[in-house]
Amino acid sequence: MKRPDLEAIAQWVKPGSRVLDLGCGDGSLLRHLWLQRQAHGYGVEIDDAGVLASMRNDVNVLQLDLESGLALFQDASFDHVILSETLQTIHRIEQLMREMLRVGREAIVSFPNFGHWRDRAQVLLGRMPVSEELPHQWYDTPNVHLCTLADFEDLCARLGAQILERAVLHRGRDVRVLPNLLGSIAVYRVSA
Amino acid sequence: MSGSVGIVKAQRAAFERPFRFRSGAEIPRFELMYETYGTLNAARSNAVLVCHALNASHHVAGTYAGDPENVGWWDNLVGPGKPLDTDRFFVIGNNYIGGCFGSTGPTSVNPATGKPYGADFPVVTVEDWVAAQAYLADHLGIERFAAVIGGSLGAMQALQWALAYPERVGHSLVIASTPRLSAQNIAFNEVARQAIVTDPDFHGGHYYEHGVVPRRGLRIARMIGHITYLSDDAMMEKFGRVMRRAALGFDFDVDFEIESYLRYQGDKFSTYFDANTYLRITKALDYYDPAGDFGGDLSAAFARARAAFLVVSFKSDWRFAPSRSRAMVKALLDNRRIVSYLELDAPGGHDAFLLEDPRYHGALAAYFGNIEL
Repeated sequence: MKRPDLEAIAQWVKPGSRVLDLGCGDGSLLRHLWLQRQAHGYGVEIDDAGVLASMRNDVNVLQLDLESGLALFQDASFDHVILSETLQTIHRIEQLMREMLRVGREAIVSFPNFGHWRDRAQVLLGRMPVSEELPHQWYDTPNVHLCTLADFEDLCARLGAQILERAVLHRGRDVRVLPNLLGSIAVYRVSA
Repeated sequence: MSGSVGIVKAQRAAFERPFRFRSGAEIPRFELMYETYGTLNAARSNAVLVCHALNASHHVAGTYAGDPENVGWWDNLVGPGKPLDTDRFFVIGNNYIGGCFGSTGPTSVNPATGKPYGADFPVVTVEDWVAAQAYLADHLGIERFAAVIGGSLGAMQALQWALAYPERVGHSLVIASTPRLSAQNIAFNEVARQAIVTDPDFHGGHYYEHGVVPRRGLRIARMIGHITYLSDDAMMEKFGRVMRRAALGFDFDVDFEIESYLRYQGDKFSTYFDANTYLRITKALDYYDPAGDFGGDLSAAFARARAAFLVVSFKSDWRFAPSRSRAMVKALLDNRRIVSYLELDAPGGHDAFLLEDPRYHGALAAYFGNIEL
């Protein structure tokens, strides 16, 4: 697994737990969780290529649109519901977060921190940011809802969700000082 | 590279024992037609049963000697190097009981009368088909299938296998199907049945004795079916408003290409398919409802299943729309079963399950590739 947020997520998943990975891409996180933690579950992916790659990775994948909710899943049927690097592409984030906290005991969410100083600097210079974490041009991007650490924590408060743990990373390293300025990736563990 | 299974030969298994149908009716003996492709391994763990839908047969792949045009109905899926790889799996096609391609059905001779069963052949159900297939599995020495696969009505059999014989199925592949017909589905079937039974040549189902077949009824039944197999878009794409003649005829002969196509399909079908079988198949579809015994609770009905599932639907399929497949996926999730689900944005309508789409066949290849033998 190349993405550093996935390492952080994997460390929080308890061995043998049931996981739901929303926007699972090629299924590599689920495969990793199965091989390393004997954690099993399902991925949800809408993209044909992602679904096919997940099937080749021998993980359970369900081709569904997250925007239409998680109606197929029962309350509290998973230990962890994971949304990695997908939050920023979701239109109705508040609804999805509520759904995640309904079907999982815990939600794990990672996203690119729009508060990182380079993003702020680019905006100050009058441009939409383009960076390692946000490589797309503004006119051609799947990202519709970018946020900062502070914004996300506000949303959790609004949802009445409790932040259990937080990891802030930049180029694979933990960021402890001024995380909302120096961190480029944020990973949260949240419960209802 | 992928290729054909080549020349194949249909086989017949005879069972000298009574078969009792879900209705309670019984026949004293029965036969089932089947074909096999590939080799059963020493552990007998690589068998895959392919179940057919309405008009197909045991002839799933390859061709017959001297008849190169007669290619099996799922030849694009089954063969060496194909998604259902006969280098790895022992694949079995079968014609269900009550069919008209050699398995015991309405055209077979009733030992009690020495005449064809005709109208006296029992009404069959999906449960009956699967029970008969279980005898065929015993006959072939297969205790457990690596997988059972089917599309549409064939998928109902794949599902029923997982429910009726949970310990005998490793994987169930349920494609373009539904756990029960809707009122609209039943309505279409009833129109097809009425077309057949009101044909003056039907003779209450005993038309064999009169040396006729209710061809007009079968034709119309098939035309109705074809409309439901294609999506509006696919039909428009394929036929549009293309004319068969230079100008409007202002009569009731064929003006448009689609009319010609439906007439051709109806005519062709009426020369080879048995009307009594058609009636019974539509009833089997109408009656299938595994949740029926559980107050409509599909999750309770699926609790028996032990197989891993692959469920596939096609967005343009309005006959058995994706929402029906999602209901099955939900029931499997409720029971914490192993399941993957594909909802493909393919244009082909219900018939998409027979077409070669790289995403669809790629997924099936990946799924079969991961089945441990």
